[in-house]
Amino acid sequence: MNVPVDEITEPWWAATRGRRLLLQRCLECEQLQHYPRALCTGCGSTALDWTAACGRGVVDSFTVVHRAPGPEFEVPYVVARVRLTEGPILLTNLVGAEQWRCDDPVRLCWREIGDGRLLPVFEKENDGLRIDR
Amino acid sequence: MSAVAIVGAAESDLGVTGKSIAHLQAQAITRALADAGLTVRDVDGIATAGFSRFSTVQLAEYLGIEPCWTDSTAAGGSAFEMYVARAAQAIEHNQCRTVVISHASNQRSARSRSLAGVFEEHTSQAQFEAPYGPLYPLSYYAMIAQRYLHEHRSGRAALAEVAVAARQWALLNPAAYRYGAGELTADAVLDAAMVSSPLTVADCCLVTDGGAAVVLTSLDRARNLRRPPIRILGYGESTTHASMAAAPDLLRPGSFDSAQRAYAMARLGPGDIDVAQIYDSFTITVLLTLEGLGFCRPGEAAEFVADGRIRPGGAFPLNTGGGGLSYCHPGMFGLLLLVEAVRQLRGDCGDRQVRRADVALAHGTGGIMSTHATVILGRDR
Repeated sequence: MNVPVDEITEPWWAATRGRRLLLQRCLECEQLQHYPRALCTGCGSTALDWTAACGRGVVDSFTVVHRAPGPEFEVPYVVARVRLTEGPILLTNLVGAEQWRCDDPVRLCWREIGDGRLLPVFEKENDGLRIDR
Repeated sequence: MSAVAIVGAAESDLGVTGKSIAHLQAQAITRALADAGLTVRDVDGIATAGFSRFSTVQLAEYLGIEPCWTDSTAAGGSAFEMYVARAAQAIEHNQCRTVVISHASNQRSARSRSLAGVFEEHTSQAQFEAPYGPLYPLSYYAMIAQRYLHEHRSGRAALAEVAVAARQWALLNPAAYRYGAGELTADAVLDAAMVSSPLTVADCCLVTDGGAAVVLTSLDRARNLRRPPIRILGYGESTTHASMAAAPDLLRPGSFDSAQRAYAMARLGPGDIDVAQIYDSFTITVLLTLEGLGFCRPGEAAEFVADGRIRPGGAFPLNTGGGGLSYCHPGMFGLLLLVEAVRQLRGDCGDRQVRRADVALAHGTGGIMSTHATVILGRDR
């Protein structure tokens, strides 16, 4: 899978190699945001830093996709919006469980994309032993 | 309220036409101008989208005109309601005199539309979303529907009713793609192939060729033309987000704001609307937009559409041509909403004509619920 980076997002992707989910933090107003940008959407400041998310959140909503946009996706799979404990929302996949409901608590896990970088995905919070983090 | 009116409205051929985009554009435009009693030589302003990277430039050359005003704001399906606002302002400020708003697509003949949609890899959010495999825009509307059903404890039958009602209207419209297709039952919608849960193929709009055009000019001039003018009473718009993760609340789209702006300009409210044309890219789009437009309160749309209220003969005539779900959906449906609203206000709708249609509302939606534009039209009284 070809997932591009740019000069703003490079640190975010680099951190995934160490299984760290970064959020951009504004040094002026302290707002956290995702995806990474060249300015803070809260106050417009360009002074931005990074902080690691704790990896917990809830399912804002989800959909089970039965017809994939391309051959690299094996149906069915779950696309979701996860609201992180810190506030920002990520588009992601939900993995592991058979059944999902909105507001289900989830925790971060990782999926390889083939070039050393990892993709943050989420599993059910109560889904048994956590293998890695 | 503006001092501008719609004086011509028409469709091109619809369905599976085998015609080029330019041909369909020319068909819609010449028919709309003939409807108004004008010719292409009267046109000095054009607005269009989806033709090419330089849509209005291409169209102007094809028509053989040198317009003094153009607009090709790319805002998806709501662009055409936005053009009404821009065109009214341009005419009121004497920048131009006669504007044609047009659109055409041959996406069914050309097989140019895929279920996966168009995902632009260079956009800022793409690298954070494309790896997860969403259907764009379908999966986003599916997530809105999922959240809606969860939050308001509704079932998929509420979504199905929107498609069932649209089909009933289409059975009254000889131009509709599904005219003659027979009744659509709620069970047929619920049992149709699931694409991106909870939405089945029957919750999704058609993929058809099609085009349309409307002609606008000043109200003073409109009163001397062939057909009764349809006044532009109010308009409003809102652009809220681009990506699947950016909207903070899936159930509070920009239609809430665009509607308030349009009502304020028209000095009217939801209770004054006699007939509504609401973008129905997906069944959930209609439920949520009914709430945004103030026809019912948040969470009440499922109940609102029950008991046949939006079906022919119901108390709230909605998408009277059959909508994008059963009439026509050439990729962007916004202009066809305006054409049907004009026809209802003129009393031109035959079997599907709504009685006492003095005020109509057309609401366009674009992107993944990203852009919203509301236009309120009225008979010249």
